[in-house]
Amino acid sequence: MGLGSDMYRQQILDHYKNPRNYGELEDPTFTHIGENPMCGDEIRMDVVLDDDEETIERVAFKGDGCAISQASASMLSGKLAGKTLEELHEMDRDDVIDMLGVDISPMRVKCAVLAEKVAQDGAEIYQGDLDVDKTTTEDD
Amino acid sequence: MSQQNLESLDVGAIREEFPILQREFNGEQLVYLDNAATTQTPDSVVDAMSDYYREFNANVHRGIHHLSQEASVAYEEAHDRVAEFIGASGGREEVIFTKNTTEAENLVAYSWGLNELGPGDEIVLTEMEHHASLVTWQQIGKRTGADVKYIRVTEDGRLDMDHARECITDDTAMLSAVHVSNTLGTVNPVSELVDIAHDHDALAFIDGAQAVPNRPVDVEAIDADFYAFSGHKMSGPTGIGALYGKRDLLEEMQPYLYGGGMIRKVTFEDSTWDDLPWKFEPGTPQIAEAVGLVAAIDWLEEIGMERIQAHEEEIARYAYDRLTAEPDVEVYGPEPGPERGGLVGFNLESVHAHDLASIMNDHAVAIRAGDHCTQPLHDKLGVAASARASFYVYNTKEEVDKLVDAIDDARQLFA
Repeated sequence: MGLGSDMYRQQILDHYKNPRNYGELEDPTFTHIGENPMCGDEIRMDVVLDDDEETIERVAFKGDGCAISQASASMLSGKLAGKTLEELHEMDRDDVIDMLGVDISPMRVKCAVLAEKVAQDGAEIYQGDLDVDKTTTEDD
Repeated sequence: MSQQNLESLDVGAIREEFPILQREFNGEQLVYLDNAATTQTPDSVVDAMSDYYREFNANVHRGIHHLSQEASVAYEEAHDRVAEFIGASGGREEVIFTKNTTEAENLVAYSWGLNELGPGDEIVLTEMEHHASLVTWQQIGKRTGADVKYIRVTEDGRLDMDHARECITDDTAMLSAVHVSNTLGTVNPVSELVDIAHDHDALAFIDGAQAVPNRPVDVEAIDADFYAFSGHKMSGPTGIGALYGKRDLLEEMQPYLYGGGMIRKVTFEDSTWDDLPWKFEPGTPQIAEAVGLVAAIDWLEEIGMERIQAHEEEIARYAYDRLTAEPDVEVYGPEPGPERGGLVGFNLESVHAHDLASIMNDHAVAIRAGDHCTQPLHDKLGVAASARASFYVYNTKEEVDKLVDAIDDARQLFA
């Protein structure tokens, strides 16, 4: 049996084993957490905005869970820096799957999009447009 | 079970009756190890159901024409066949067809529980209950004010029977316990549990979803008041399960689903109920599925439940030994033997169970990963999810080897 997994290409495994921007930020503009209890995936995201209160300056995350959810959070944390909140809200699941660069099987899409939804919900809460304690993608 | 009898089980011939097992994915032949979720269906069961639709499909209950008579007889006799299979001497009057084990659990919870339970009463469950009984009785407890208690699971994955004796008291009205755990594989001492319940005048419901498919079950020897199982986990169709209940209890219970087919006399003001078991089976029932379930029972009995049990135990022991030989694999539940059924729950250190299942899927090895509808038990095990390989009569040791190869692959990928 060879090492031929389609969903676990080198990039995913690399981000899972060596997550970027891992940890917490001092004085984040907003923080939000997400959890998929059936999977056990957890992600906390800290976001610092520029003085314009619109552009994302830095993102850090902490989490626990499967390789897909954690690699997605790691890759997203880098991709979000420099984006505006509006651009963040425009992102959808296809953007995440493009970012991961692999085919995600239908049952695993919820793992892949958890980080994105955490960032989006965190921003919406910060903007006063949403009121939830935790984000989940298991209901989608 | 002697070795000689075991060898006479011709797994190669059995597999030929399951065309689905020949399927290939990415050029590799399917290794189906998700039997605790659902088993595959042999040709004889598929044929029986298609014969029903081709030759005697009609609604049951009081049809005057030939087809309805044939369908009615087949449907009614299916209850007798199930009764015989599980040792219910009362025949059809003690067997109610449901959608599955979950619905059987709900039937008793609604029909008996809501009417009989109140503050001060206790419902005793086990920590290894499937959500089918755990959630059902938990919610019935909330609605009636009855307390819910859980018999502890020990470190080695067995029920703490001392704790069972503490939990079950004179205030206990219902004990609901799983016969074989779908997560740990533990075969629980259900006769002993039922005896303890009866010593305190409590009723006992045994969830046999993981037991009836793979071992001889005699509900009267267990002395269960209620016993339930599902057709699709025993080589039968989905959409049908059965609730066994002692006749005097079922007679006293009120139906919780109303409609046609379950009534005797209806006026604008009131209705009276048909005899057992029909008063609990309103509407057009699962006729084709009942025919399929009978075919499944015929198929299983032709092989012999003892031989199926022995085969499953042998495969489970082999899987247990191979998996426990891996230093970074944690295996849950008791050691192999008569107190363990044919499934092995495990985790590979550093690889999430869902990643493991995905990698296995790339090699056409079908396992389950998740909480297996036992979230509180997983909380207790300290894991969010586990992987589970579960076996049936058509599985081989070579398939277990492929499972272990796939684990090696996952380990290398994540190294």
